[in-house]
Amino acid sequence: MANWGKITRRTLLIGSAAIAGGVAFGVWQYRRELPNPLDPAEGQATLNPWILIDQQGVTLIAARAEMGQGVYTTLPALVAEELDVAWDDVRVMHGPAAQAYYNGALMSHGLPINDYERTGFHETMIEAMTVLPKMIGLQVTGGSTSTIDAFEKLRMAGATARETLKMAAAERLNMPLGALGTRDGRVIAPGGIEMTYGDLAAQAAQIDPPRRVALKPPADWRYLGRSMPRTDTIAKSTGTAEFGIDVRLPGMKFASLRRNPRLGGGMRRYDDSAARAMPGVEQVVDLGDGVAVVASNTWLAMQAVDAIDIDWDDAPYPATSDALMGVIRAALDAAPNSTLRDDGEIDALEIAPEDRVIEAEYTVPWLAHATMEPMNATALYTGDRLEIWAGSQAPGFAEQRAAEATDLDADQVTCHVTYLGGGFGRRGETDFVVLAARVARAMEGTPVQLTWSREEDMRHDFYRPAAAARMRGVLRGGFASALEGRVAAPSVTRQSLQRMAGISPGGPDKGHVEGMFNQPYAIPNYRVTGHLADLDVPVGFWRAVGNSFNGFFMESFMDEMALAARRDPLAFRLDLARREHAPSAGVLEAVAEMSGWTGQTPDGVGRGVAMTYSFHTAVAVVVEVSDRDGAVAIDRAWMACDVGTALDPGIIEAQMSGGLIWGLSAAAMQEISFAGGEVEQWNFPDFDALRLHNSPEVEVRILETQHHLGGVGEPSVPPSMPALANAVYDLTGERIRDLPLSRRVRFVL
Amino acid sequence: MPTTLTVNGTQHSVDLPDDVPLLWVLRDELGLTGTKYGCGVSSCGSCTVQIEGEAVRSCQIALADVWGPVTTIEGLGTPAAMHAVQAAWVAHDVAQCGYCQSGQIMQAAALLAENPAPSDDDIDAAMWGNLCRCGTYPRIRAAIHTAADALRREG
Repeated sequence: MANWGKITRRTLLIGSAAIAGGVAFGVWQYRRELPNPLDPAEGQATLNPWILIDQQGVTLIAARAEMGQGVYTTLPALVAEELDVAWDDVRVMHGPAAQAYYNGALMSHGLPINDYERTGFHETMIEAMTVLPKMIGLQVTGGSTSTIDAFEKLRMAGATARETLKMAAAERLNMPLGALGTRDGRVIAPGGIEMTYGDLAAQAAQIDPPRRVALKPPADWRYLGRSMPRTDTIAKSTGTAEFGIDVRLPGMKFASLRRNPRLGGGMRRYDDSAARAMPGVEQVVDLGDGVAVVASNTWLAMQAVDAIDIDWDDAPYPATSDALMGVIRAALDAAPNSTLRDDGEIDALEIAPEDRVIEAEYTVPWLAHATMEPMNATALYTGDRLEIWAGSQAPGFAEQRAAEATDLDADQVTCHVTYLGGGFGRRGETDFVVLAARVARAMEGTPVQLTWSREEDMRHDFYRPAAAARMRGVLRGGFASALEGRVAAPSVTRQSLQRMAGISPGGPDKGHVEGMFNQPYAIPNYRVTGHLADLDVPVGFWRAVGNSFNGFFMESFMDEMALAARRDPLAFRLDLARREHAPSAGVLEAVAEMSGWTGQTPDGVGRGVAMTYSFHTAVAVVVEVSDRDGAVAIDRAWMACDVGTALDPGIIEAQMSGGLIWGLSAAAMQEISFAGGEVEQWNFPDFDALRLHNSPEVEVRILETQHHLGGVGEPSVPPSMPALANAVYDLTGERIRDLPLSRRVRFVL
Repeated sequence: MPTTLTVNGTQHSVDLPDDVPLLWVLRDELGLTGTKYGCGVSSCGSCTVQIEGEAVRSCQIALADVWGPVTTIEGLGTPAAMHAVQAAWVAHDVAQCGYCQSGQIMQAAALLAENPAPSDDDIDAAMWGNLCRCGTYPRIRAAIHTAADALRREG
């Protein structure tokens, strides 16, 4: 851990000098080959960390958490494309937590640059930011980075392995390499000779792989660029996919827990006598800030937990939502943490008599992840070993934290990653793994599955922070001549790094302002400042995090500016985007065409548009709502994204459409509120989401004009929220600046 | 006294208190983990199974109150022999995280058993209780229509 801290302090300052220093520091270590963590069984051979081959076929390692976003399909497709194996023969596994599986793309999100504006310098910086994750083995699934990180790396892994298999065949056949080809898991030689990869793998594993191999041109792709059958789809349609909560081990016991609902507060005393007397209860474990009960099944454990009388300490933060928002709003007037965009002359702006100046303040609430699968993990502690089964987005960190909690070394801990019943950032935390490890330690030799009740899950999250913004705009001649935005919220980056690595880096927090400072609009005077409002409420990464609130602030205000300028909101945006970033203009043009946008809607129908560039992808959306007996129905949505290269259009469509529904759900009806220091929501009845009957019909168009690859898991979330608010305005004439919208309008439920 | 219940055609004798919900009997006692815990209060539908063909929330049915043979996702069809609804789910690649899909499929299969040609409104009325945080609803709707067509062709 010491190294983590030292390296991170040097590099996360994010000034270019610090990055350069980090690169110099890291060169030799970066170039070092990372060890292959795969441990082939008898009859198996491994050619690199992503490929295991045996007589039955190939197993490709995904090494990212499959939480629905399709990484168990697209990542293997990258390898299979170059390795040349038949898709039906591909098996997929997650693989161990290992340095080899670092996520090189994740850290580049921290660069204080406009991601859409890529010069050679930017490309160099993005490349440089892969150094640190490699050195620390940052194996994290998040930030919509899985395919961006994998795109070249996994195709190279496949191509290198294919060439090595051909070299093995050339040796065996005593033929020149150039005479050999491959097809569907076989090396093909002249004279009708075919050798399976399984036959060649052991020999190939002894060969030093070639340093340089050519990748197929996209025109020759068989798998990439197509909608591949998902490798997880049959298991997930037949109840046979194993999620963390489904792990079953011989002799396993079931546990549940209750912790202080005043988050971060301790426990004064508790009385577990009633619980201990319940049949089936095996053990009560004191967690310091709560208790866990181990029993013969999960339901008994939950019942026993409820029977424990506990006296809780107070919360270490203001006790109500209003008081918390007061702290956040106050930060708007404090010195900024960041000014990542300051174009033109905001301070010296001259306002002409014909200019229109508008100002507005917005707020968004705390939000829970509410993954369908409640938090859980399974652990077996045997004194000198800890084995964990968990749906984790960060298995390496989970192993480290669990080791610390059980007084073991990290190499005595193994985390097996299962399917995730939803992640959305929540499962990048390690709390649920650590708690399971601690309970297992109290049950040495017995595997224990610790499952949180939905209520515990809802009330002990790392929430999407509440946030506030103050916006000011100047309209001149139908254009935005100035935009000034101030954003205040707790810092997810700082809190997360503190938890993960025990450090609090200084410097500007990009995540806090992204979605506002880096939008592709040609506004001549454009300044965005970030104001950190640190509170002890646990906050964490959430689908699109900072972009999710800044997208709402920015695109709600863009709408207000367009209307103040007496312009069509779509045309207003398009003018500004065309002058700045063609792909962003392209997605706006696409949704205009798809929706037949005229700027006019019949009585009883409203339409709203929004566009956000996030996670290296421009996404625009038009949402249509209607009045249904006094309630707002969300009827239709048209969405366009530009991902550069669409590796799997089917999966991209699903992610865009799913992210839209995620965002609409939050904007329409979701809020985590606090009273008496406790979260007031308990379960889905008071933290609901859109369902089939009140979700819109969705049409998605995928564009590929951008030069670099964009993420797909998150970027549809940010524009969906303002598009709905703008549509509600169009329908009702009421500008709602505080989410959720359900505080002011009734939706069809 | 042990309770007897039939799940997926197999009779089981379960020695648990009468008030243990069927959900936990299936998952923790019988090892049928395809049925999922989502909320415990009948508001998400992840735990949907069928009793005598009727879709029910297994988190709300006490062991002593199970009134007939139970079918879970594992009994509806298997990877080698999928039910038409499961096959439609695969054809449309409906699942993202997949956690809610057992419940969605059991609910949809019950709908189609009763109504072989559901309209979109019928689908809304049958499926509104099944939550999906990944937002797979458009494909769920499409898959139900596909499954209905397939079942009609099978006759």
